[in-house]
Amino acid sequence: MPKDGGIGASTKRREDVRFLTGNGNYTDDINLHGQAYVHFLRSDVAHGLINKVDTEAASAMPGVLRIFTGADFEGVGGIPCGWQVTDRFGEVMQEPAHPVLAQGKVRHVGDPIAAIVAETYAQARDAAEAIEYDIDELPAVVNMKDALKEGAPKVHDDLKSNLCYDWGFVEENKGAVNEAFEKAAHVTTLELVNNRLIANPMEPRVAVGDFNRSTGDHTLYTTSQNPHVIRLLMGAFVLGIPEHKLRVVSPDVGGGFGTKIFHYAEEAFCTFAAKALNRPVKWTSTRSEAFMSDAHGRDHVTKIELALDKDNNFTALRTDTHANMGAYLSTFAPSVPTWLHGTLMAGNYKTPLIYVNVKAVFTNTVPVDAYRGAGRPEATFQLERVIDKAARELGVDPIALRRQNFITEFPYATPVAVEYDTGDYHATMDKLQEIGDLSGFEARRKASEAKGKLRGLGINCYIEACGIAPSNLVGQLGARAGLYESATVRVNATGGLVVMTGSHSHGQGHETAFPQVIAEMIGIDASMVEIIHGDTNNGPMGMGTYGSRSLAVGGSAMVRATEKIINKAKKIAAHLMEASEADIELKDGAFSVAGTDKSVAWGDVTLAAYVPHNYPLEDIEPGLEETAFYDPSNFTYPSGAYACEVEVDPETGRVTIERFSAADDFGNIVNPMIVSGQVHGGIGQGIGQALLEACAYDENGQLQTGSYMDYAMPRADDVPFYTVDHSCQTPCTHNPLGVKGCGEAGAIGSPPAVVNAVIDALQSGGKNVTHIDMPLSPSRVWAAMQG
Amino acid sequence: MYAFDIERPTTIGDAVSALGHEEAQALGGGQTLIPTLKQRLAAPAKLVSLTGISEMKGICTTDDGSLCIGGGTCHADVAAGAGAYPALADLAGHIGDPAVRNRGTIGGSLANNDPSACYPSAVLGSGATIITSNREIAADDFFDGLFTTALEDGEIITEVRFPVPEKASYQKFEQPASRFALVGVFVAKYADGVRVAVTGASEGGVFRWSEAEAALSANFAPEAIEELSVDGSGMISDLHGSGDYRAHLVTVMTRRAVAAAH
Repeated sequence: MPKDGGIGASTKRREDVRFLTGNGNYTDDINLHGQAYVHFLRSDVAHGLINKVDTEAASAMPGVLRIFTGADFEGVGGIPCGWQVTDRFGEVMQEPAHPVLAQGKVRHVGDPIAAIVAETYAQARDAAEAIEYDIDELPAVVNMKDALKEGAPKVHDDLKSNLCYDWGFVEENKGAVNEAFEKAAHVTTLELVNNRLIANPMEPRVAVGDFNRSTGDHTLYTTSQNPHVIRLLMGAFVLGIPEHKLRVVSPDVGGGFGTKIFHYAEEAFCTFAAKALNRPVKWTSTRSEAFMSDAHGRDHVTKIELALDKDNNFTALRTDTHANMGAYLSTFAPSVPTWLHGTLMAGNYKTPLIYVNVKAVFTNTVPVDAYRGAGRPEATFQLERVIDKAARELGVDPIALRRQNFITEFPYATPVAVEYDTGDYHATMDKLQEIGDLSGFEARRKASEAKGKLRGLGINCYIEACGIAPSNLVGQLGARAGLYESATVRVNATGGLVVMTGSHSHGQGHETAFPQVIAEMIGIDASMVEIIHGDTNNGPMGMGTYGSRSLAVGGSAMVRATEKIINKAKKIAAHLMEASEADIELKDGAFSVAGTDKSVAWGDVTLAAYVPHNYPLEDIEPGLEETAFYDPSNFTYPSGAYACEVEVDPETGRVTIERFSAADDFGNIVNPMIVSGQVHGGIGQGIGQALLEACAYDENGQLQTGSYMDYAMPRADDVPFYTVDHSCQTPCTHNPLGVKGCGEAGAIGSPPAVVNAVIDALQSGGKNVTHIDMPLSPSRVWAAMQG
Repeated sequence: MYAFDIERPTTIGDAVSALGHEEAQALGGGQTLIPTLKQRLAAPAKLVSLTGISEMKGICTTDDGSLCIGGGTCHADVAAGAGAYPALADLAGHIGDPAVRNRGTIGGSLANNDPSACYPSAVLGSGATIITSNREIAADDFFDGLFTTALEDGEIITEVRFPVPEKASYQKFEQPASRFALVGVFVAKYADGVRVAVTGASEGGVFRWSEAEAALSANFAPEAIEELSVDGSGMISDLHGSGDYRAHLVTVMTRRAVAAAH
């Protein structure tokens, strides 16, 4: 291993030096000469007909440059959706228009009615208050089941109904699944809600549009997880700007969690207005705006049924889910409750027959899209809750019931279209029982009872599909994009490397972990490798970071490009040492001729590539720079087993998390410290969903949780010290690093563990509570205890 | 935030005259007012900052043993300096977070009278006296429903005088998001009886639970109020808890305050 950290070293994060010293370069730090500011006038009603937006008086206010309304975007494209789902009858989903600024109707609180560009933010806000607008409020649809009723108000008048799609998976299995339920010895049924969440990255969204009149070049600086994708979506579908005239830059980004994947109207607006006004135009979201304009997450209402035979083997699974799309289709929204959810319903279990029905519904709420885990937490939650409930109904140990039904042979083709390459679910469960000291639980329960507290233990297993994704497969499933990743490795004459990756880091530590991989391959110090990302003018087309894909897909592209570099460098080394290329070996940063003491250093070869005096110019070009695109052949399947121990205060219903243990199998690991950090963060967010967070709307579509006064984010004292372990490793079989991805696991694996633990605690106290919908706030737990 | 003028008087007298200006608004630590201004929910023409008035800061004990806290004293200073009244110091030390405690003041909190704030329960539960720029107001006469007090326009809380009880405790059950009191109960045992003040719970703001006071005056023990209950119908009901839940918490927090009183 190189001395400052190759694969497997817990190298400290080099990017933290600039973040912790306040030297990060975030989008809001970018201020361009002559920059103007935009404020969006947003709807305060959930559903309404726009009769009039009179901007005349406001336009004359001090500092106002121009006020834009929906009429200014007639003939301009709308915000596109990147995934088309085909329903169970073979019809494509209903796909409404999504104008940059509202046209004719507003459809959720926060929908932008007008955009005021002025010399200062304050002037823009003043002018917004002077806009005279008249909106006829219409009845709103908020509840999904109400939205599907005959005669319900329609979010989009030009659509047939509020049903986006009715998806069945696998439709051909439906009959067999129903038959298995008829034959079942036991059926466990559970109705549950997967609560709507607001992602709340620490950095709110920001966009700065710029236009160079002399060249016709557009630049957008934006807080995105995937700047190349924004360039393609906005350029091709909204504004009609060819990619070679549009540069998108996403510099340091302060957290994404999915909500910064999507293309947003504000980005298109700033780019559009910069040209219209010939001035850079900047928008920085306030936190209040973020609550009503960032895509939300989750929001599923599900009925799940599990069939078991007389020996407690799972024989069939059937689910019926309503998934909230909100008022418009956000970029990848349709894929989340379908292909990122239905395909995971087998979980870790060999259930032979599965049928998943999902109805996606339009409502007068903020659009809903991917949030850390995206579909997979929803799948895991319902599956692991129903298994836990079944274990209680049957009076069997929940761990034993899981173990009995574990998949044990790999590769394993599930009845929901995916093939798990590797895994060892008994190994992670064994590890969990060890690190969580589960055998000591009963003693801890007694100690809690002695203090007047109810203690519960909740177990959860998860499987997720990461490293998205094989392009040809997702294309068949409706993706309007490829999901490869790219890397260009540029070796400088003096031997240092610059890697331009299509992956984007917004907290993941790529600048530290990626060099570790290259350092390992070449045998040089990781400090010789620099990572560049987040600028479409640097490096090839990339697809960005989400779905725990950066190392599995982006890292694989980097490995492929580095292999090309090494192959070429060997040719140069062979020439320099007058040896056969086949005899050249690379070790510890030096090329040697096998069986001899001849060697040349890495730096001698890289110098020769750029100063090709003694060089095989007849065979190869000078220079040392290679690009690779990597398209995975399958998803990766991280898995794990989690245990949560809670105490419930029977007098108040307050839940505290006393212990949390996680045994994950992420395949090979590059930087264990960063992996632990990812798991910690994911569990923290999962605990947030389980105990604290809930986005609530009232029946008129007013956002009731519009600030941190009412939206409860997890804080440091809400979570315990975690015990995490990643030593169970079944490497991925189909990517060159054998890695699986770790970014979402914690958020997927923790909510069911917490809820299972609370139910266990309440039952131990003699309370006949079988389910409580998240978040398990004190008031909900107390209400459940009252029966 | 809309534009405003600001004055920073250094004496109470100057502050009072500055507040005589039409549309002037007193600014204490700004923990409620500044966010309100940022949201453009208030538009005072002039702010009169009280933070530069040194005579309104600090803690002292009077000859009769009462603890006096200047109206401009921040929560962190009360937490550190009100050792003579441990329950009060403990309450101050658990308001908000360190930033709030180092900016927010006792006078600002009382003048605002947020129904979920902590201080009103201590003041009412201690039978404290609120001393203003022109009079003294008994705690029982001061609080007048949500965000409403007996203060007149331009009147400044310069000091709060707390009789120190034999025993007291404040027990707060936090609202999960804001961490304001979903229900907070302040119990104080004096030689002449027990006072119980409840914040966070009622639609009418901070209130005294007189039934509990009577029972605890007879027997200062948690079991003395075992059979008592509060009606949930007048209680706040919102996303974080129903009226019935809050009413239930009033009984739980009162029992815990009695048990913890020292």
